[in-house]
Amino acid sequence: MGAPAPLIDVDRVQRVYQMGEEKVYALRGVSVSVSEGEFVAIMGSSGSGKSTLMNLLGCLDRPSAGSYRLAGREVSKLSRPELAEVRNRTLGFVFQSFNLLPRTSAIENVELPLLYGNVPTKERRIRAREALQRVGLGTRLDHTPGQLSGGQQQRVAIARAIVNRPRVVLADEPTGNLDSRTSIEVMELFQELGATGMTVVLVTHEPDIAAYATRVIVVRDGLIQSDVRQTPRSAKAELASLPPPYVPPPLSADEDEAAP
Amino acid sequence: MNLFQTLRVALLALRRNMLRSFLTTLGMIFGVGAVVAMVAIGEGATAKIEAQFAAMGSNLLIVSPGSAQTGGVHGGAGTKQAITWEDLKAIRTELPSVRDAAADMRTNINVMSESQNWVTSVNGVTPEFLGLRAWAIDSGVAFGQAELDARAKVCVLGGTVVDKLFPGQDPIGQSVRIRNVTFLVTGTLERKGQSSWGQDYDDIILVPASSYQGYLVGGNQKYVTGMFIVGGRTTEGMARTEKDVTALLRQRHHIQDGGDDDFQIRNLTEIANQQQQEKQTMTMLLAGVALVSLLVGGIGIMNIMLVSVTERTREIGLRMAIGATPSRILLQFLVEALTLSVLGGLIGIVVGIGGAWEVARRIDWPLLIRADASILAVGFSGFVGLAFGIYPAYRASRLDPIEALRHE
Repeated sequence: MGAPAPLIDVDRVQRVYQMGEEKVYALRGVSVSVSEGEFVAIMGSSGSGKSTLMNLLGCLDRPSAGSYRLAGREVSKLSRPELAEVRNRTLGFVFQSFNLLPRTSAIENVELPLLYGNVPTKERRIRAREALQRVGLGTRLDHTPGQLSGGQQQRVAIARAIVNRPRVVLADEPTGNLDSRTSIEVMELFQELGATGMTVVLVTHEPDIAAYATRVIVVRDGLIQSDVRQTPRSAKAELASLPPPYVPPPLSADEDEAAP
Repeated sequence: MNLFQTLRVALLALRRNMLRSFLTTLGMIFGVGAVVAMVAIGEGATAKIEAQFAAMGSNLLIVSPGSAQTGGVHGGAGTKQAITWEDLKAIRTELPSVRDAAADMRTNINVMSESQNWVTSVNGVTPEFLGLRAWAIDSGVAFGQAELDARAKVCVLGGTVVDKLFPGQDPIGQSVRIRNVTFLVTGTLERKGQSSWGQDYDDIILVPASSYQGYLVGGNQKYVTGMFIVGGRTTEGMARTEKDVTALLRQRHHIQDGGDDDFQIRNLTEIANQQQQEKQTMTMLLAGVALVSLLVGGIGIMNIMLVSVTERTREIGLRMAIGATPSRILLQFLVEALTLSVLGGLIGIVVGIGGAWEVARRIDWPLLIRADASILAVGFSGFVGLAFGIYPAYRASRLDPIEALRHE
């Protein structure tokens, strides 16, 4: 029984930047393959090359050498418009700073990838609503980012990432701007997505966050230093063990006590 | 690629920045508004002038006697008795470049109907007068050669005179008294309205020239104590006609070479053309200034679009990350620039029409909105928006998504 072809197959990929006279090797021959349904955390200090690897995986950049097969297709030599199409169809992005369009409702933000995918208006609405319901924001379709908390904004961003039913969701420090409880909530969402068979690749420098992944790859000096499969920590269990979130008592309660 | 969806994306982006979008279009609004208003006002002025000269008649020369000269002292224009009935006859019959000619003598007289009186211009004219002036009879009949020969006491009234002497009545068949002579009203003139210098062409009574000289004014009946109205055959030939008439009159008056004319000729066509040209120059000048302001509006759009591209670098990066191709980004920003300029243009038309309307109302000019000027102005503003939108849009489309996403 042959193993299925991996979803992500990176083979001896190099990325060289020309800095004046000097050549800087951000990646010096990285090979990694990720199968469908894996939840991979990429770790490494700044300057290790993890961001470069992430950009290559996200088809935002092209390798200087080596091959990258995404869902069976060689994408390392594609043109900019072709890469844009791959990003639209096959990938979903979640960023540290959410990158939602300001003064634009949640549902319109989520619809954006569908707009570039030329999905008809009616279907766009339906799918965007579904995606927002899936991240637990079914009741806030018309809220603008300014009316949402950081955690909610990141959920909108995740809904936007999954609305096109991509094969891979790429998350770049998705919890970097969130408090610890919200971070765990976001990780819970990623774990739920993973459970439905979606592949998630996450860049983080926090071991606590990497602990929720099924596999941890550590990048150092442009090479893979370690690649370990692990039993993930359950975000759901973690949340259950935390004290309930602090809710300030409503002001009217004080008045009621003072009344009699 | 779906153009409609691109338009939607662009409109959403513009809506998110209402104030900025509005300020950007201000240049276009006033640019197009200026073009539309200027052209409309210019056209109105031209139409007004045309109407005035139409009331005077076209391709006309006015021949009047020169000034009397006694011992080196010049009198005023028309003080000399110099042009004769024989001169008029010669002009009519001897010159091929002359279509027709008429005599026109006038004086202001108090005219009475049974119950009213009114001081008006009483003109003694020959029957060719109406044809040369291109004036039409409104009701009744004009007088002809028979009435002229018979010194008939008949008259034709202008509209203002009808209003003053016969308010609410039909004047045909009634009589008016001019210097105690009773004239029968046989016809009325079609109304022509006032000229811009306040002359009322309807405040007039026409009587046969022979009756005018016989009953109303004294003097030697050999002379025409007014002017000739001479009609040329073509507008282009008016200079020729003027030369012919001058030569004929000099010859008939025995004026030596180098001697002063004892008459003067005014070429109305020339005056009309001059006025027309002045207006046209003015209109072109104003339109030119307006076009420059459109150009400035376009530069404004480019500035704002460049600022917008820089400010929205992250947004562009995000759009690229989630699947916008470079051409789609280019198109979005082009459509944004185009939308701004055309929208500004459309609002500008409204502003321009409003401005022109206000000006027309204040100075009593006809309001002539030229559709072609409006379309041209909006088309030009769209072109300007496109031309000045290309560079910012190109910059946006060439952004590197990684760099753009990192942009602070």
